[in-house]
Amino acid sequence: MRGAERTQANATICPFVGDIVAGMPAETVPSTTLTPSPAASPASPASLASVPVTGWGRTAPTVARLIRPCTYEEAAAAVRACGARGGIARGLGRAYGDAAQNAGGAVLDMTGLDRIHAIDVDGGTVRCDAGVSLHRLMEVLLPLGWFVPVTPGTRYVTVGGAIGADIHGKNHHVSGSFSRHVLSLELLTADGGIRTVSRGTPLFDATTGGMGLTGVILSATVRLLPVETSLMSVDTERARDLDDLMARLTMTDDRYRYSVAWIDLLARGASTGRSVLTRGDHAPLDALPTRARRHPLEFRTRRLPAVPAHVPEGLLGRTTVGVFNALWYRKTPRSRTGELQRISSFFHPLDGVPHWNRVYGRSGFVQYQFVVGYDREEALRRIVQRISRHRCPSFLAVLKRFGEGDPGWLSFPMPGWTLALDIPAGLPGLAAFLDELDEEVAAADGRVYLAKDARLRPELLAGMYPRLAEFRELRRTLDPGGVFVSDLARRLGL
Amino acid sequence: MKDAFGTPQSLLVLGGTSDIALATARRLIARRTRTVWLAGRPSPDLDEAAAHLRGLGADVRTVAFDALAPASHETVLGKVFAEGDVDMVLLAFGVLGDQANDERDPVAAVRVAQTNYTGAVSAGLVCARALQVQGHGSLVVLSSVAGERARRANFIYGSSKAGLDAFAQGLGDALHRTGVHVMVVRPGFVRSRMTAGLPEAPLATTPEAVASAIELGLRRRSETVWVPGTLRLVMSALRHVPRPLFRRLPL
Repeated sequence: MRGAERTQANATICPFVGDIVAGMPAETVPSTTLTPSPAASPASPASLASVPVTGWGRTAPTVARLIRPCTYEEAAAAVRACGARGGIARGLGRAYGDAAQNAGGAVLDMTGLDRIHAIDVDGGTVRCDAGVSLHRLMEVLLPLGWFVPVTPGTRYVTVGGAIGADIHGKNHHVSGSFSRHVLSLELLTADGGIRTVSRGTPLFDATTGGMGLTGVILSATVRLLPVETSLMSVDTERARDLDDLMARLTMTDDRYRYSVAWIDLLARGASTGRSVLTRGDHAPLDALPTRARRHPLEFRTRRLPAVPAHVPEGLLGRTTVGVFNALWYRKTPRSRTGELQRISSFFHPLDGVPHWNRVYGRSGFVQYQFVVGYDREEALRRIVQRISRHRCPSFLAVLKRFGEGDPGWLSFPMPGWTLALDIPAGLPGLAAFLDELDEEVAAADGRVYLAKDARLRPELLAGMYPRLAEFRELRRTLDPGGVFVSDLARRLGL
Repeated sequence: MKDAFGTPQSLLVLGGTSDIALATARRLIARRTRTVWLAGRPSPDLDEAAAHLRGLGADVRTVAFDALAPASHETVLGKVFAEGDVDMVLLAFGVLGDQANDERDPVAAVRVAQTNYTGAVSAGLVCARALQVQGHGSLVVLSSVAGERARRANFIYGSSKAGLDAFAQGLGDALHRTGVHVMVVRPGFVRSRMTAGLPEAPLATTPEAVASAIELGLRRRSETVWVPGTLRLVMSALRHVPRPLFRRLPL
């Protein structure tokens, strides 16, 4: 029997809920409110149970009613009842900025919709709810010989979030972004109705990368990647400076399915931009040692204890990060080929430390990711030099080459170089410094990534995303009452 | 919305002609602030302040607001909030009074208290409620070191600021975990129009320095800000000086 469909009933997982400060159902969270006068008393009792919500960077907390629908009907009811300040879907809270926050309104915690409906083991597709995490998909799919088509630096993102931010991974130069592998999706729109949205329609292209502002994604059918083993065969090499790195990436990237470079942005002078390249592919069965061939598709992960809730400020300063970066660079062999690594250590090293975002302390951190086209290498060089001169203590900076972009109107990737870095939000002068980088990026016809943004100057957005006007227009017709809104949408006027 | 660094996009100033408030507005407009509401008694000064900020590129509107008319606050400020989110409210109105004269003129003394304290209680509560409905925003209250311990030389003003300071602290605690951030700013002697002609106290500062401390406090989501920062230490020492000695200090 071909196309055997397997149903997973109620796949229960509990990866830690992002950074909803109290990750529990809204009703059980105590909250302090001013005793309201009868006239100003909020209409529904649920609005009293509000919780502070932040993105993964833990900057700019705002308070919202947290609702956790567990069925499509509950989700539709929540959308109809979300009131004057609207609602937004939230997955596992891994967007760095304010994309999944909605001050004073409703935030729909989608992790309650966690069913994997059907897996086509022969054809390689999966149909699942939007709240299913990529971690869960890997657990279920790897033993069957399939892998998610695109994974970012963390497995703890939901399928809905992956589509909403149109995420990319180390294989973007080969496989494009997540939406390229989405065959269709079900979207709960502002009128409370559910639409099936297929590829090639304007609504599909507005939704992929649309940051949840076209509606609530309820489920999706995703095409998978066949793998023989759950291990990665990885080649590692060092590049002594930025030019060396760019030359290596340009020459040989097409030989690898996965490619990324960790870059030491604190190195100065001749070694500005020194980096470690790790590139690889899924290991074929015959690359495994005999013992490992007995369970080639086993998915194993390791997790260390979580970072405590209160970490002092300034742990990651210029000195500590500088020492870390230098050690990291030097401990890497000049070149090593064919090393076998687990999926978790190759793709998701930070997932091994739950709540790693807390190491930045109370002020949190900002992520800055931009892309500039292949003919704009000069802009990239200038930006790297400026970051290095400004001494941004960043230990998670990565450089990557993007392939062709996908049609999502607000989808971030486009052919070119992308650099992502994290910086403690408390670094003096950071706000103005990042504004200067924005100007460089905009002047080079590049763009910054909305899923990571928490501070872009709104005026620059239309130049970075030329189809923004169409996006706004579609939202005006599809959602005239402005039901779907987030802090990001308010801040940038999406 | 405020960005990751706490910089607001929209600002409501209560006491729209205050030097400190205008210095703060200038600073924030240079960053992200695009909408500014200047609330105050209609006057050429208020219009001039609005025109000045407009020149810096902000969309500035003025609102007729009188701290001494608390009954009107709900309506006046309600209209501002109805126009859209206000990311930051700067409660900056206040009068210094004339201590020597006011000691003999209780009505004038009460006017100082009503402006600085009861007016602020009413406006503060109205804004707090509106910010709470928004689910975000900062209420920045300009207190004073004079409120930390009343001095012989200006205890009428000092006591009104003491009331305001205590009110704002309590309000901040009441609003904890509602998304609203209340920040009490305690400047020392600020060289401004309000203090023109007065003898300068030690550790005197400028409206620009207060503005920059406010910007930093927003980024850090501070609850109390002293300007200059050393005043925190100085005042915690002065607070414990025995009364007989404190009376004799040349403050």
